[in-house]
Amino acid sequence: MKAGRFWAWVVFALGAAYFFIPLIATVEFSMRMRRGAYSFDAYKVVLGDARFQATFGYSVLAAVFTIILGVLIVVPAAYWIRLRLPQLRPIVEFITLLPLVIPAIVIVFGYIRMYGSNSPLPFLATDTGTNALLVIGYATLSLPYMYRAVDTGLRTIDVRTLTEAAQILGAGWGTIVTRVILPNVLIAVLSGAFLTFAIVIGEFTMASLLNRPAFGPYLQNIGANRAYEPAALAIIAFAITWGCMSLIQILSRFAPKSANRPN
Amino acid sequence: MTDISMSDPAVTGKTAPPAEARSVRLPTQWLGVAPFFIFAIMFLILPTLYLMLGAFQNDAGEFTLENIVALAQPSIVAAYWISIKVSLASSLIGAFAGLAIAIAIVRGGLPDWIRSATLTFSGVASNFAGVPLAFAFLATLGRLGLATVILNTLFGLNIYAHGFNILSFWGLTLTYVYFQIPLMVVIIVPAIDGLKKEWGEAAATLGATVSQYWRMVVIPVIWPSFLGTVILLFANAFGAIATAYALTGSSLNIVPILLYAQIRGDVLHNAHLGYAIAFGMILITGLANVFYIWFRTRSERWLK
Repeated sequence: MKAGRFWAWVVFALGAAYFFIPLIATVEFSMRMRRGAYSFDAYKVVLGDARFQATFGYSVLAAVFTIILGVLIVVPAAYWIRLRLPQLRPIVEFITLLPLVIPAIVIVFGYIRMYGSNSPLPFLATDTGTNALLVIGYATLSLPYMYRAVDTGLRTIDVRTLTEAAQILGAGWGTIVTRVILPNVLIAVLSGAFLTFAIVIGEFTMASLLNRPAFGPYLQNIGANRAYEPAALAIIAFAITWGCMSLIQILSRFAPKSANRPN
Repeated sequence: MTDISMSDPAVTGKTAPPAEARSVRLPTQWLGVAPFFIFAIMFLILPTLYLMLGAFQNDAGEFTLENIVALAQPSIVAAYWISIKVSLASSLIGAFAGLAIAIAIVRGGLPDWIRSATLTFSGVASNFAGVPLAFAFLATLGRLGLATVILNTLFGLNIYAHGFNILSFWGLTLTYVYFQIPLMVVIIVPAIDGLKKEWGEAAATLGATVSQYWRMVVIPVIWPSFLGTVILLFANAFGAIATAYALTGSSLNIVPILLYAQIRGDVLHNAHLGYAIAFGMILITGLANVFYIWFRTRSERWLK
């Protein structure tokens, strides 16, 4: 067992080196902008850039709409499958896994061909339509994470009893979903939401191919034209991802732990 | 189990007799899942089918295999080949390294805080992909990167003189591994947690050696989830474009970058060839999943 522990430390140390060296190198590189001294100049330049603010704002907005759309699609479906249509579960799970199999670039390519200006549903004919299509595409990408998060949340509550109790008290379906089920799975939904946010905020492929002024294409553009700013942006992006994941961890402490599930 | 739908006022209606209620009930049963299915069909399944059918049509809309045959031109074959190599290498390296780290933190007797810190970090790093990841690796292993410079000044090792280039197969693989390892750790740790302590004790009681315990207990139990994750990692790398594009521009000709250029500007001068490339990508990730299911049913049968 002594030898086992020694090798565990070796593996852990090697892993830690591989993961921390790029982060350290990026921090170091991002601070090299001023000649001869470390400074935060690159961060100042980036944060002061009007295009940074505009594209970042755009992507935050897109992420918020993506989360709303994802919740509207996933929560009723996951709830209904637990309550009434468990036979559909394998099909729905299969569909929610498809975005992990079909590359994002293929999905967006399909959109461009199917929803062009001359098609029956010309999403791409207007700016609003294209923005909507981007949000739809992001919701597709986040489907696997959103569905799993919500389904895990539903597993920890007794959906059937809660629904029956609400019905006995005279609640309609709208009330049941919004005022009984949703508050109970809110933490799971928020976990899915933050994960979606982390995925969407710097997404490049879809935004770039739909010609949207999002954060991902901006990052790529800076990377192609500047030296030190990209490193600063990488650190900012890492911090955003870290923030989202920490929020998920903090939230999970408030999640109900009991699993008194009927099925 | 009580059928609560019978007591549902919104569905049965206050005045409707039960016989009529039945005919009203059917569509409402599906109402809750309708948005999901409409969304999935319109924005996931139909667009994909559209491309797959388009791959077998010519400009006049007639059935043809020409587009698929045209995939055999050297530049496209080379793109597929390098994509498959990068995806395979990064998923295998990521999978074995991830498995080693997972075993080390779960079974290696390391302090508890290392386990939770590693899991948290893995959650972050597995989502730290795309363009920023490319920036991080350029700052590390680019020509002026910290690691390149330190290796050169401290150890006199000029990795670029020895043929290393971040804009190459190994450069891209090394970069992809940064999100592949943590993804493996996140997925495989629960599977390793599922190995009961009693199994190890039972094996020891029956006189099994450590290697027998691993070979006959641990590996068969972890095998399906391990293989499944390898395939997930493969698909993950195969479809990824942002990291490669930001890292290498278009100097490394992988399939997603070729498709990207085709969508932007029809570089192949044949719209349907683009469909065929997309079809090929789906075929490869789809085949990978078929293999996974086949392996899993085999290993499950063997486990019984």
